[in-house]
Amino acid sequence: MGSTVATGRVAGKVAFITGAARGQGRSHAVKLASEGADIIALDICEDLPFAHSPHATWADMEETVRLVEAAGGRIVARKADVRSREQIDAVLAEGLEAFGKIDVVIANAAAIAYKNVLDITVEEFEATLDVNLHGVFNTVQTPVRHMIERNEGGSIILISSGVAYRATPSPDYSAAKTALITFARALANELGPNRIRVNTIEPGYVLTPALDNDKYGERTAELLGREPFASREEHRAAMWDQFKPRNMLPVGWVEPEAISNAVLWLASDESRYVTAEELKVDAGFADKSA
Amino acid sequence: MGRVEGKVAFITGAARGQGRSHAVRLAEEGASIVAVDVCHDIDEIAMPLATREDLEQTVREVEAVGGRIIAREADVCDLAQLEAAVAEGVAAFGPIDVVVANAGVAAYKDFPSLSEATWRKTIDVNLTGVYRTVKAALPSMVAAGKGGSIILISSGSVFRGGGLLTDYATSKNGVVGLMRSLALELGPHWIRVNSIMPSTVLTKIVDNEVFATVVSNAMNNGQPFETREQRLEAMNAMIASRHMIPRGWVDTRDISEGVLFLASDDAKYITSESLRIDLGFAGK
Repeated sequence: MGSTVATGRVAGKVAFITGAARGQGRSHAVKLASEGADIIALDICEDLPFAHSPHATWADMEETVRLVEAAGGRIVARKADVRSREQIDAVLAEGLEAFGKIDVVIANAAAIAYKNVLDITVEEFEATLDVNLHGVFNTVQTPVRHMIERNEGGSIILISSGVAYRATPSPDYSAAKTALITFARALANELGPNRIRVNTIEPGYVLTPALDNDKYGERTAELLGREPFASREEHRAAMWDQFKPRNMLPVGWVEPEAISNAVLWLASDESRYVTAEELKVDAGFADKSA
Repeated sequence: MGRVEGKVAFITGAARGQGRSHAVRLAEEGASIVAVDVCHDIDEIAMPLATREDLEQTVREVEAVGGRIIAREADVCDLAQLEAAVAEGVAAFGPIDVVVANAGVAAYKDFPSLSEATWRKTIDVNLTGVYRTVKAALPSMVAAGKGGSIILISSGSVFRGGGLLTDYATSKNGVVGLMRSLALELGPHWIRVNSIMPSTVLTKIVDNEVFATVVSNAMNNGQPFETREQRLEAMNAMIASRHMIPRGWVDTRDISEGVLFLASDDAKYITSESLRIDLGFAGK
């Protein structure tokens, strides 16, 4: 154990984060660590056959570890699949051994097929639900049992999506992410007496490797009905122009840190009576007519 | 370095309750405060409103945490009064960065006995008062060209029916419509507009003799309570079951934490959000 007392808005808390090797998950880990939390992190660190875009690698996770430690936090980081309760529980056991408790859960890991309704197979549809919905159930159940037993409350944050409010060409992803809202509401109602809060965050467009990759460049070109992009930069510029009119604020997307700021608020005791909230961090995406 | 260091916040209904709490919390985090309150009772509204002494107490509390404040008696039903207060604030501290439209009243009348005059007054304070508040502050925000955050205090009564709140719930629903439309219009200026949807907050808006009648009718066969403690205990029992987290109310500080978050640059991409700070009231 360190000899110094942690300071910050989540000082002394322990946060469990899935999909933490890169993108939003990494940003949440670093932000919470910079405000005094210790981190239990997992990521599948391999590609999934049905998923459209490349997933993170173990090298990405090593970078998360480096950044969390540089921010002053401690971290237990492991390769694990949210579809496997056994793998999750093994990581949690190691995290509990190291830090003794779990105060915060951030269910962030997700996958997407990027196919239209008529093109997606039921197997692909179910594969997305396996990660984005059943994977969230798997992520929260063991920590919830721990939190109830410990009787110190807790904060569970499910990363939903702005697609819950607006039509987008991703039926598998939309179905799973929207289901998280009602799952969170039921869980919040059940766990209120235990002072365990359950909230969702609905990000709008966030520029992470999930969008910023060559495979998604092909998808963007297909959706826009144009020839392939010559470069990653050209793809980014096209996405910015494509997304910006859908937002109230004059931006195409928000940075991962913007989502992490909301995660921090919901993880901290500043929001001690906030539960079953859908917190949109979306530059006004949800409420703007297309 | 505070979380709203150097910002200037204009707060209505700031003499007591939530408004005072927002002023103190924002000042703790480095903001300068321009505070207004009507500071007298209103004929059409039975509940007692704040006083000049209350507003002076807000000044003392803001200054005690190291904040700067200009506090003026001004009515949200009078645009010229609001504009005068804003002008003084801008002259002293610079352009407004944050608006907290907090002033509100409730009549607590059943519908048959709710007079048109009272209905109109509630709408005039709670909805048109928000229009005037934004109207007074916006020119300085747009002219400064550095964006801003407008926070409208709406209510959980937007999501669930509550007894004796027809005037109040209607006005607070209107606030959400105003919020969304303003968010769309002001987005290009980087002015974010959000509302907060509190459930019950223990302030004078419920901790008073008018609301005491509501509680005694519901919980005590219409008999008055002997002490405030007994009344609050009954009120807690009346309300707690409506919340996922079984408490009767949140503290003013809990709403202020939401105000601070939305006022700060941590929320720089959050606009058109209805932030519920409600113990799970809206979802239950």
